Formats: sequence, C-alpha cells, structure tokens
Amino acid sequence: MNAEHTLIALGTIVRREVMRILRIWTQTLLPPAITVTLYFIIFGSLIGRRIGEIAPGISYIEYIAPGLIMMSVIQNAYGNITSSFFGAKFQRFVEEMLVSPMPSWTILTGYIAGAVLRGFMVGVIVLGISLFFTKIHLYHPLITLSTFVLAATIFGMLGFINAIFARKFDDIAIIPTFVLTPLTYLGGVFYNVAQLPSPWKEISHLNPILYMVSAFRYGLLGISDINLAWAYAVMLAFVLALGAFCLSLLQRGVGLRS
Amino acid sequence: MGFSISVLRDAGYTTRPATIVQPMSAIPALEIQDLKKTYANGVVALKGVSLSVAPGDFYALLGPNGAGKSTLIGIVSSLVNATAGDARVFGISIRERRSEAMQMLGLVPQEINFNMFEQPFQICLNQAGFYGVTRAVAAQRAEKYLKQLALWDKAFEVSRTLSGGMKRRLLIARAMMNEPKLLILDEPTAGVDIEIRRSMWKFIQSINAAGTTVILTTHYLEEAESLCRNIAIIDHGRIIENTAMKTLLSKLDVEAFVLDLAKPCAELPAVDGVRLTRVDERTLEAEMSRQHDLNSLFAALSTHGIIVTSMRNKANRLEELFVRLIDANDKAVA
Repeated sequence: MNAEHTLIALGTIVRREVMRILRIWTQTLLPPAITVTLYFIIFGSLIGRRIGEIAPGISYIEYIAPGLIMMSVIQNAYGNITSSFFGAKFQRFVEEMLVSPMPSWTILTGYIAGAVLRGFMVGVIVLGISLFFTKIHLYHPLITLSTFVLAATIFGMLGFINAIFARKFDDIAIIPTFVLTPLTYLGGVFYNVAQLPSPWKEISHLNPILYMVSAFRYGLLGISDINLAWAYAVMLAFVLALGAFCLSLLQRGVGLRS
Repeated sequence: MGFSISVLRDAGYTTRPATIVQPMSAIPALEIQDLKKTYANGVVALKGVSLSVAPGDFYALLGPNGAGKSTLIGIVSSLVNATAGDARVFGISIRERRSEAMQMLGLVPQEINFNMFEQPFQICLNQAGFYGVTRAVAAQRAEKYLKQLALWDKAFEVSRTLSGGMKRRLLIARAMMNEPKLLILDEPTAGVDIEIRRSMWKFIQSINAAGTTVILTTHYLEEAESLCRNIAIIDHGRIIENTAMKTLLSKLDVEAFVLDLAKPCAELPAVDGVRLTRVDERTLEAEMSRQHDLNSLFAALSTHGIIVTSMRNKANRLEELFVRLIDANDKAVA
C-alpha cells in the first residue's frame, strides 16, 4: 500500500472507532461523567473542605481535579480498546482488517488513536464538570496535552495487549478490576506521595500512573510530586517498549491468526 | 455408499494426480507450493498441498469436512500462518509481499464475520477503506454491489436484522469492495434457499465473466458441477484430484437411477449388466454402466410384471464421483 492508501485505511479505523464511541455514548461517555461528579461531591466538596489547602494556595479539590481527569483518561483509553478490539475478535470482524493489505502498524495506530480520542472526549467532559466545583488554571498547555497523549497511548497499548490475549469477556474485566483501579488509586490521584512514610513512598515510584498524574498536575496547577524530566522519560520508555511489543504480537498474529 | 475401489477400477476409474492445462505465458492467479500446516494442538491440516489456478478460471475446491479446505483458504488470505510452503497470488508471494498479494484478493468467508451493529452500507465502506479506496469511490461501489445483490433496500438497516441469505450476500458485496482479481468463496451458499442461491450463482458467474478468477468451496456439488471449469479435491490434507471438470466427469462410467414402481415388488429380477437393489417395496435402485441401454432394463422389468411409473438420477454425477474418490482415499489412508 502506498502512503495515500495507508492514510485512507488508518482514517477508516479511526472513523469507525469514533462512530462506535458516539453510537454507544451511554456506555462510553456518560458513566465517567457520573463517576467523576460523585468524586467531586464526596472527596472534593464534603471531605476536601475539612482538609483545607494541600499545597500553598491550592485547595484539596483543586489538587485532586487533575488526578481525576487523568484517572478518567487512563481508564477510558484502556476500556475503549479492550472492548472494541476484543469485540472485533469475538465477532470475528477483525478478519476484515487481517485479510486486507493494511500493515500491522496501521491497525495498531488506528485503535490507539481511537483510545486517545475516547480519552480526549472523556477528559474534556470531566474537565467541564470540574469547572463546576473548582477553578482550573492551564499553567503549561503543552505539558498538559503531551502528558494526556502519552498516558492515553500507554494505556491504549496495554488495553490492546489485554484484548489480544483475552479469550473471553471475563479476561478483559480482570485487569481493570485487579490491576488498573488499585494502581490508579495508589498513583497519587488523591494524595501527595511525598507525604507517605517509607517504604510506601519508594514503592509508589514503581507505579507508572504516578508519573502521568504528577506531570498532568504540573501542566494544570504548576506543582508536581516528582521530577518532570523523569516523568517524561518513564512515559516515553513505556510508549516505545509497549509499541514494539504490540507490533510484534500483531506481526506474529498472536491471538489473531492460527 | 457401498462402493469399493474395485468397482471404480472396473468402471475404468483410477485416482491419479492431474494438472490443469493452461497457457504457459499466463501467470497463475493462485499458485500454491508444498503448503503445510500443523496446528499448535498437533493436528496436521495440510500435508504438502500444491496446485495452480489459471487466471480467469472458475475453480472448485472440494473436500469433506475437516479435509483442509478452510485451512488452505485461511493461509492464502493470511488468516492462518503456514508451517511451510508458499502461495503466490498473480505471482506475488504472500510470505514476502503480503500487502501487495492481499490487494488483489477478495474473501467470502464461511462464517458470518461482519460487525452486527453496523449497517451494510457502512460495512462495505469500511472494507473499501481498509484497501485504501477513497470514500467517494467506495460509496459508488457499495451502492453498485448492494444493488446487484438485491440488498440496497437494507443498506441502512442494522445488519443483525438481516436474514441468513442477506447476510451471505452482504459477505459477497463486502468482498467485492476492492474489486479483487481473485475472489475466494468459502461455502458462500451454505444454508441459503435455492432461489437466492441461484441469484448468487448468477452474480458470481457475471463477475467471473468480467475477468475475476473465482475459487469456490461448497458442499452443494451440483453447484460446483454447473459453475466450475476446473476442480481440485482435497482429503486428509492432500490433493487427491486436480483436473478439468469435464475430464473428471468423463471418468464416471457408472450411473444410478431410482425407479418408482406402480405396485409392490416382492422379488428382484436378475438383469444382465444392472445391479438392482430394493430401497422399499415400491422403489428400486438400478446401477449400470453408462453404455448400458435403458430399454433392455425396462424390457426385463416388464417381463417380470414390474411397471415403472417414474425414474430419476440417484445423485448428480459429481456427487457420485466425489463420494467414490473420498471412499477410496479413506481406504488408502487407513
């Protein structure tokens, strides 16, 4: 396929993903809006008021807002690709793509783009909801945007790997329940990891979500729990390693070709 | 079937590999070389299959369930990884230049495998997109093929609401979106009523007439007999016959008829050159050489007071041959 044909193929996957997200908006866009609203009411307004400022000039609700946005982005980017790609595998219409001349990287990029766009849509919705509860400054738009894209890409790829290996619907529910949710809650969404006692503080640094939440918080609030350069290094390393692994799985047809 | 290999030999029939006569200059639409496939569970599906399909051919690939047909098609369409060997689509290796080879291929799979929540029109547009066809051209083709396959009035309905026959036709329309030079149909008419089946045959014949090479697998042998010019029979992962349809059919020297009788027949008469068997008290089966005249059979039956009210061929010719070949191969493998 030449570049023009490849671009058309890529656009086809992305368009199909976006149409799917919009067609089932009550499953893709509404639930995170409701969940985050409850978080803001309970943790932000009711409990957060008693906590007061978590950093100089920054209230608790302001502090958790970036974390809640990033949490929604991560969970939805992951959930989008697992349900969409596994659905395609389960109904076997993934074969439409496998028999086509599309190179493997196009399939991967198309699905990752779908995950990033779902993350973006949910991120914008959650950001809009957060404005009802607190004020959001955009200190570093580029850092905010790049952190969002990198985080959504990383969890899109992880979701893709989950979908590749999944054989039944239970297999795509296990990782979000037993791995993703605990890592998110322990990734500094609701607290500053610097305040944790040893060894929990050090252990927290093994959690990749911590770097994403911290970098995103820096972009919105100008404060971070960890070094920004280190956060970018970790995220880029994950993107490269996961991308190579996903492509290798697709090339070999693991879980797709017998 | 109670035929033995000796019956086949008596009828002048022997199983032997044959090659298809084709112009030397033509690059085969599909050339398969020593293709082998062993699945992870140890099942050996293909044991070194080689065949060649000429451009423009209408080619039947037949075999019993589990013979290796779908594995073969899966490898050619890159859904299954071959253990060894190669396939070339118009001279292009699927191992070395998969993308280019797939550009020329269209696949109608055995199983319904489109997104049930999408509309037929959308499904066709997406398929075209995966081949790099622009949206405008894809829309024209989708309309053209959905109309030709009598699906246009359902083009914007959710595809899960389509009937079984409509879903099968949608698979064909989808496979045509890249206007392939080689179209592979894996049991396209399974479970489809005869009227729709005939309309599908007509469509497939028309695209073959327009230059598309067609490979068909089917369990309806009259379908293969009436549509295909060349044929390969695969069994236990090996090609056991590969020749022109006419050549194959000419090898069948025995014909069987079912005779309906006016009144019950208590005793079977002995008729020279004819093997008579009683199906029930009012039905006989007569098996004879194709050279044997029917008049002598009727005369002999009349002598014994047996009146035949109607008769028909027991099975179509290809079905007869197919069953005999598979029986013979089963015995050879055993």
